[in-house]
Amino acid sequence: MRARHSNVLTICMVALLIYFLLPLFWLFVASTKTVGNLFSSFGLWFADDFSLWSNIRATVTNGDWVFSRWMANTVFYSVVSAGGAAFLCALAGYGFAKYRFRGNAAMSGLVLGAIMVPTTALAIPTYLLFSKAGLVNTPWAIILPSLVSPFGLFLMRIYAQDAVPDGIIEAARIDGAGEFRIFFQVAARMLAPGIVTVVLFTLVATWNNYFLPLIMLNNPDLYPVTVGLAQWSSQAGAGGGTTGAVLSLVITGSFLSVIPLIAAFLLLQRYWQSGLASGGIKA
Amino acid sequence: MSVNTTDRLGARAPSRADVRRRARGVSHARTGYLFVAPFMLVFLGLLVLPLAYAAYLSLFQERLIGGTVFAGLGNYTRALTDPRLLHGVGRVGLFFLIQVPIMLAIALFAALAIDSGLLRVAKGFRLGIFLPYAVPAVVATLMWGYLYGQDFGLFAQLADKLSLSPPKFLSSDWMLGSIANIVTWEFTGYNMIILYAALRAVPHDLYEAAAVDGAGAIRTAWSIKIPALRPALLVCLIFSVIGSFQLFSEPQLMQRLAPSVIDGGYTPNLYGYTLAFTGQEVNYAATVSFLLGAVIVVVSYAVLFVTTRRSRS
Repeated sequence: MRARHSNVLTICMVALLIYFLLPLFWLFVASTKTVGNLFSSFGLWFADDFSLWSNIRATVTNGDWVFSRWMANTVFYSVVSAGGAAFLCALAGYGFAKYRFRGNAAMSGLVLGAIMVPTTALAIPTYLLFSKAGLVNTPWAIILPSLVSPFGLFLMRIYAQDAVPDGIIEAARIDGAGEFRIFFQVAARMLAPGIVTVVLFTLVATWNNYFLPLIMLNNPDLYPVTVGLAQWSSQAGAGGGTTGAVLSLVITGSFLSVIPLIAAFLLLQRYWQSGLASGGIKA
Repeated sequence: MSVNTTDRLGARAPSRADVRRRARGVSHARTGYLFVAPFMLVFLGLLVLPLAYAAYLSLFQERLIGGTVFAGLGNYTRALTDPRLLHGVGRVGLFFLIQVPIMLAIALFAALAIDSGLLRVAKGFRLGIFLPYAVPAVVATLMWGYLYGQDFGLFAQLADKLSLSPPKFLSSDWMLGSIANIVTWEFTGYNMIILYAALRAVPHDLYEAAAVDGAGAIRTAWSIKIPALRPALLVCLIFSVIGSFQLFSEPQLMQRLAPSVIDGGYTPNLYGYTLAFTGQEVNYAATVSFLLGAVIVVVSYAVLFVTTRRSRS
């Protein structure tokens, strides 16, 4: 019944697809060019001189491997934040969904209301608090604020309600399992798709974060790749003799920095799509 | 109030009877606290405390003589009459009113098209449109900034080939639109995925019933799918309110390309940043942050209120 296809619709969607993918294609093409060719050749096709590898070498080794450092920092900040946030959300989401205690509704309502509090409105006061506590210019300044995910909790609470049947918890209790053992050995497995979703989306949020590290860090060795690239680009924009070379570093660095997340989304699509389904429908 | 919001968003909040039934016979209240305690501690320390601190700081002013003194609501009266802040809020409000409907319309169209079964390789379209979400705002802005540019920008090159003069994307008339385009590029796919996921959950017998009644694909989309998407669209809308009003990375990076077009007060968040780190006006910056948070919460609730009321009448 659904075998027929619509050509008009296909053409519209191809146009959309071109809009969304063309800039990325341009970025890839640009990172294969020498600085001279960047200006002299057409942006959407390769120049005769394919210099992707030499550009990559120049980018990762520039300034005593500082770009590699930024990438490593980004990976470290995002993995720790995402893992930590997902762990906290899974524990608390399960706790709110499966236990009855005084203040349950009030606390989950408070957290739900906080979904609307914009993270950037918190950034400046958090910076001021952290500078009093001596946490500014340390990895903690990036990781700690990224551990709070009200939306992650909301998602996990909804997910836990349906994914972990009460009967199974009861059965495990009758078998004499402790509450935390039930969580780690029985419930955690059932919560896995929800946990992967929270991990992935916190990972993206931390990976792409710019405002928070921009204000928290002034030591280039601690920068994540977003702040590092922005700094390079301001050098490239400032003019001077080295502009061209830095420009090529910014372009190749940008290209390199998007590869890991795109790869993660492509590889993990089965998980985040099912997890988002439960969040998106019920949210 | 917040629990009410869940209901409006369409989430299944557990009723009291539900909770009681679930917990009958066993009281594990103390274990429940242990499960939620780590999250709540982090939540209090890193969300509630900074908010409270911002509220506290906003009550003081730094004076050249006398140091920091209590100012009551002085910072708030200053903020509410500060033309730079008001312009910034007006600008992001305008941005919200124009960019968000366009973005959500494209996302809705794409989600319906992919769900319709009328496309070949629907999965390819879905992934391709979603990919920009994985690109950091910094990279997206740098990339579009180069594309917009006059030196080796793609549009300048294309216009040159056609011997036309390229649009001045970085001029003050075009700037907000240029930023809106970057944000649309970044977030359409994310919204599309949320809508698409919600579409997959619509019971399929509804479609069959419609087909039996002779409804075509467009008619089915209009009369069955779009109404079923209401809660998901509302979620997208709320996230878009939050995103638009806290616009920062895009204008902050575009500022370097067009310093005369984007000043330090272009968006409220950029203004707060400028105040705190260029002007050293910490107390006033905290006031701006706090007010911005309040504006976002109020606008979000207003959107919720308007949309849920209209759906009932």
